Amino acid sequence: MTTVSMTVNGKKRTADVAPNTLLVHYIRDNLRLTGTHVGCDTSQCGACTIHVNGDSVKACTMLAVQAEGANITTIEGLAQNGDLHPMQAAFKENHGLQCGFCTPGMIMSAVDLVKRNPNPSEETIRSELQGNICRCTGYHNIVKSVKAASENMGG
Amino acid sequence: MSIENGIGASVRRKEDQRFITGNGHYLDDMNKVGQTYGYFLRSPHAFAKINNIDLTAAKDAPGVVDIFTGADMVADGIGGLICGWGITSKDGTAHKAPPHNSMAVDAVRHVGDQVAFVIAESLQQAKDAAELIDVDYEPLPSVTNITKALAPGAPQVHEEAPGNLCYDWELGDKAAVDAAFASAPHISKIDLVNNRLAPNAIEPRAALGDYDAGSGELTLYTTSQNPHVARLIMSAFLAIAPENKLRVVAPDVGGGFGSKIFVYAEETTTIWAARKINRPVKWTADRSEAFLTDAHGRDHATHAEMALDDDGKILAFRISTKANMGAYLSTFASAVPTYLYGTLLNGQYKIPSIYVEVQAGFTNTTPVDAYRGAGRPEATYVVERMIETAARDMKIDPVEFRLKNFIQPDEYPYETPVIMTYDCGDYPLSMNTAVELIDYKGFGARKAQSEANGKLRGIGCSAYIEACGIAPSAAVGSLGAGVGLWESAEVRFNPTGSVTVFTGSHSHGQGHETTFAQIISDKLGVPIESVEVVHGDTDKVPFGMGTYGSRSLAVGGSAIVKAVDKIVEKSKKIAAHLMEASVEDIEHEHGVFSVAGTDKKLTMGEIAFAAYVPHNYPADLEPGMAENAFYDPLNFSFPAGTHFAEVEIDPMTGVVDILDWAAVDDFGNVVNPMIVEGQVHGGVAQGIGQALLEGVLYDQENGQLLTGSYMDYSMPRADNLPNFRVSMTNTPSPSNPLGVKGCGEAGAIAAPAALMNAITNALGKDIDMPATPEKVWRAIHST
Repeated sequence: MTTVSMTVNGKKRTADVAPNTLLVHYIRDNLRLTGTHVGCDTSQCGACTIHVNGDSVKACTMLAVQAEGANITTIEGLAQNGDLHPMQAAFKENHGLQCGFCTPGMIMSAVDLVKRNPNPSEETIRSELQGNICRCTGYHNIVKSVKAASENMGG
Repeated sequence: MSIENGIGASVRRKEDQRFITGNGHYLDDMNKVGQTYGYFLRSPHAFAKINNIDLTAAKDAPGVVDIFTGADMVADGIGGLICGWGITSKDGTAHKAPPHNSMAVDAVRHVGDQVAFVIAESLQQAKDAAELIDVDYEPLPSVTNITKALAPGAPQVHEEAPGNLCYDWELGDKAAVDAAFASAPHISKIDLVNNRLAPNAIEPRAALGDYDAGSGELTLYTTSQNPHVARLIMSAFLAIAPENKLRVVAPDVGGGFGSKIFVYAEETTTIWAARKINRPVKWTADRSEAFLTDAHGRDHATHAEMALDDDGKILAFRISTKANMGAYLSTFASAVPTYLYGTLLNGQYKIPSIYVEVQAGFTNTTPVDAYRGAGRPEATYVVERMIETAARDMKIDPVEFRLKNFIQPDEYPYETPVIMTYDCGDYPLSMNTAVELIDYKGFGARKAQSEANGKLRGIGCSAYIEACGIAPSAAVGSLGAGVGLWESAEVRFNPTGSVTVFTGSHSHGQGHETTFAQIISDKLGVPIESVEVVHGDTDKVPFGMGTYGSRSLAVGGSAIVKAVDKIVEKSKKIAAHLMEASVEDIEHEHGVFSVAGTDKKLTMGEIAFAAYVPHNYPADLEPGMAENAFYDPLNFSFPAGTHFAEVEIDPMTGVVDILDWAAVDDFGNVVNPMIVEGQVHGGVAQGIGQALLEGVLYDQENGQLLTGSYMDYSMPRADNLPNFRVSMTNTPSPSNPLGVKGCGEAGAIAAPAALMNAITNALGKDIDMPATPEKVWRAIHST
């Protein structure tokens, strides 16, 4: 077992984990933050997307020990003081989700997308979201949500 | 008077708050004290005899609690998995349903077939132990392609099904069709492959079994679209536990698309094993297991012929289909290529006679069952590719050809030659609306522009029809269904006026918590935030049939309406008593009960309170305000419409670019347009996936699954799809009290034919799905 420490959603967390523990399993199983989902085993679906030091990362592509000292934000940490992040609000307003399973990862990717592209075109949004698979929405309303959020985020 | 958040309003979804904040409760998010982890050892062979399974080393591995095989389940008296719909072949014999044990007993019949269930203190320990199991396999020649499987000399998947034939079924008047063809001036023909698909709900299947030794109760938490049906089958056929000792709970479920209807080996093994070891057992599929074991969809090979007169009027339609059932018959597999397929081959057209024959067969592949649309996408694909081909052969514009042959709005009820009675519709209206939306007339100029740029441009449509709201129980019973297909609901007022609705339908993305609440809000004036919708727990909701076939609103919603009607009836009696009027004088609108011709009125909340605190109350009336209803529909509903696709193809690369999509659907009345449009988007995306990208492939030599991950199976991604233009027409269904039809599958039904008609229009030749760049490029560059 190895000890890892990181800041998760603003709180310092320390735990003993097996060295081969993926970050996503540490988040889900040790921290019980189950909003981060696992939808595949080949780093394709993006349901486990979180922010590591502010950048979106598929949490199945990192070992927990690689996140030593990192600042992690998961979907549970996105809303501040009970107020939804504009991206979360936009997904609700624009029906950007159906079953909700891909949604946390999709939102986390989209937040990073808008951070890097403050006023993204539809083409940019579609291109940037290639790594997040949704089987329910056909992406139409996801694209609409991200566009709306980018406008609300001051893009 | 309309009501805020009532029927017809695009209310934002109540369920979204928990999903966007990471507070949903999907199955793998759940854990129980003392929980163990299950892992299935699966067959690496497509077909093999099992001579021996040696568990000795594995049982001694660290952390192993126990390991079970198929023989253990048989010894424990656990029955096999069943197929719940009986199909009768042409010769009067019943379909062949070979044994389907949850885990293999003497042979494995597809790659991924369950061989042993390892239970350990951790998942890693279970996986490690599984590697120590020594299975003595005797590999056998396998067959995965349905045409090859039904040919003489093919490997025999089951002794019980000679020639691999499950059934040879027919529908329609063969003699009339043959006679029409014999004298027809024109005959068009087409051969089609409907490619095998993997459903790919993004949440993998999972199960958590929990046994209470004190009460003897078993609880299965599972990713199910229909928990009561799962309980019924596990109790009645597998003998896992009596229904009163078996609870099935489906919490938040991350998509289904049909794949979570079925009663699978993994779930039944998990709940059985929990009692054997007297500890909770959790199993969660990884994506590889999902590809190997979630029931696949489609996989038809079809030859179709259409007879026409000199004016382009359809005289007769003849269809012959081979349908791949996979290695075993899944829960409703037999019905998909028969009563959910053959009965829709009339499309939107006046066709004097139709004859369809379907040979279903076994192969060494994952079982095939209902996937979004279930038989109707296959039917629409045949009809609309055939219609397009006939129009092209006759050199008639495909839109004009369809308009010439449509059933007209004044011809309902319309009895088809394939035992359906269409209740309402307006097919010319949806076609003409779609023609405007896509600017069909302007296509020629756009095509010329594309040609000037060195591109091929095509346009195509699909005028689909489907049957939803499945279905009148007596009708489906006469066709072989083993269950009734009604739905249940209970509407329960709390004393303070809030409402809990219990429904037998199950939401796994459809938004029932919002849509059903809108019905209550509209009918009873209760604010939508004061309505809770409860589903998915056999200990909470009345026995229900679950969600599939776009039936939840038409059947489940109607059950809610019937329960509401009883609430209103009782409330009128209470209102009459409290306002000292006769019941006949009480009028009701949106939860306000008034005495006709006076200003006296009471709200639903006041009446509900009076029902729970019945100090001043009708003497002969029971207290309380809760009513339940079971609703059995009068008929199927028949959503229909026209979808247009416009594409541009780069002849250098073969890449198909979807430039425009126009969908015009008639879903009858619509409760929440935002949700309905979302369902269309998602359905069309899956249909585009089928036509452009997706396809399950097996190695033809050794039966290995070649598309077993998202690295190999091409899922539609955001940059593969266009924006969709969605419009609706409305002919309210006369078959249910809401006048609704169902919208969940229409997109997946309409889209493949529309897109392939557009692509073949651009290419000037036929190709099969999926129209991958390679296939398109080869079509362009072959002579």
